[in-house]
Amino acid sequence: MNEIEIHNLYKSYGPTKALDNLSLSVEKNGFYGLIGPDGAGKSSLMRIITSLLLPDSGSVIVGGLDPVKDYKKLRLKLGYMPGKFSLYQDLSVEENLKFFARVFGTTIEENYHLIKPVYSQIEPFKNRRAGKLSGGMKQKLALSCALVHKPEILILDEPTTGVDAVSRREFWDMLAEIRKSGITILVSTPYMEEAVLCDKISLMFDGKVVDSGSPDDITSGFKNNLFIIKSANVPLLLNVLRGMEGLKSVNSFGQTIHVVADSSETGKPEIEEFLQKNNVSGCSVEQSPAGIEDCFIDHILTNTTT
Amino acid sequence: MSDENIIVVENLVKKFGNFTANDNLSFEVKKSEIFGFLGANGAGKTTAIKILCGLSFPTSGNVMVAGFDAYKQRNLIKKNIGYMSQGFSLYDDLTVKENIEFYAGIYGLSRKLIKQRFNELVGKLGIHDLKNKFVKDLPLGWKQKIAFSVAIFHRPRVVFLDEPTSGVDPITRRQFWDLIYEAVESGITVFVTTHYMDEAEYCNRLSIMVDGKIEAMGTPAELKDKYKASNMDDVFVKLARKA
Repeated sequence: MNEIEIHNLYKSYGPTKALDNLSLSVEKNGFYGLIGPDGAGKSSLMRIITSLLLPDSGSVIVGGLDPVKDYKKLRLKLGYMPGKFSLYQDLSVEENLKFFARVFGTTIEENYHLIKPVYSQIEPFKNRRAGKLSGGMKQKLALSCALVHKPEILILDEPTTGVDAVSRREFWDMLAEIRKSGITILVSTPYMEEAVLCDKISLMFDGKVVDSGSPDDITSGFKNNLFIIKSANVPLLLNVLRGMEGLKSVNSFGQTIHVVADSSETGKPEIEEFLQKNNVSGCSVEQSPAGIEDCFIDHILTNTTT
Repeated sequence: MSDENIIVVENLVKKFGNFTANDNLSFEVKKSEIFGFLGANGAGKTTAIKILCGLSFPTSGNVMVAGFDAYKQRNLIKKNIGYMSQGFSLYDDLTVKENIEFYAGIYGLSRKLIKQRFNELVGKLGIHDLKNKFVKDLPLGWKQKIAFSVAIFHRPRVVFLDEPTSGVDPITRRQFWDLIYEAVESGITVFVTTHYMDEAEYCNRLSIMVDGKIEAMGTPAELKDKYKASNMDDVFVKLARKA
């Protein structure tokens, strides 16, 4: 049986549909990512899974339990790291961790092996108040606190948002380490490049899952031809390419531009010819497989009118 | 880009007690340049931005922004810059129009000028349907685009953008950069921080801060070359891991 099983879930706040007929399942010991921008419904979904929010309709089973009826039992099985830092700023690092351990009837010592990959990094600062920690250290403390009672399922709401690229990588390395203990991980992120670090992902937008599967499943499902154009002047080239017919989309990716063809009639020769006609020289055009961000953009363009 | 310097920083030091947040920073930003100010959390970026915006005094060093001195002419600096961050941008309980009137009023623009520029903006962004809505009812993407438009409504010489695209969807993120390019075309200088490394590559020049110091500075291509990296992500990791 799957560790998380959700079917046809709906949740509205007044006229705003936060979750719109959402279904997904997470295997036991899975490493599952919810990928999407702010407002996609990721936090609402996590709050329903963790029994902190009531669904309007649909079925939700987490660890074999119903989060509405069995919330007391379920909460013992869950570790949850909310998007906002929610620990006690006036308690020290160690006091925060002790507090969470005691609430769940355990001790730091008992589960030290579990939190070690994370906690050992902040242990030298264990007497510092949580409010005085840097962003990266707060994050590690929050993760330690979410793990200290040996949960079966770990739910992490945007743990890497606003965190620099280096600390983000370190955090994902820690999650991979934690997963080895058999825990199931559900994590959300707005950073598309983090998607490939999960086994399975759901791309979320406007309360819906627009695609799901392994990162490879998703990128291989991209049907149109994609071309990457390298240029020294991205803004200029963007404007030129936006005038070309036969293209579904034209988007900047750093110092390259990704161009998606409407049909197989538009290929590398057509693009090169168009660039030549518009007196653009010195750029290379190569066909390329799509990445997760290409897929996401494509889904948004297909699913919305704006 | 022109040769005129909009920001000049020489040997900037900022200390909090024994802690040196900015350790001898020196750099220049040219008119109409997009300057990316990168660094790990806690590297000292926010401290430096506060000084550049006239919100905090340097401990030592020379800082000129838009031709004004960061010690003696802080109010003139504030008049000539724009600022936007992800954390705070617009008032939720005011409409789009009210927000703009409020900000433009603070900067001392005349009612006539506000009206004229507001109509231009509504046309440019295509927000006829949104202009009288409360900001709290707008999608995040629109909030960010409008917040940027508000930040440059008084036509500042330079606009500071502190993680302006954090959490927005990939399409809105790119539309946001289109607005940045447009502002640059009109002569505004852009000083931006971001954790998205693809966005770092949209900048003309970058500086990367590590532990209070500027460890690297140059165009994205120069930096990738120097650190033998295929993308900015790798440059960033190589530099910051050294710390």
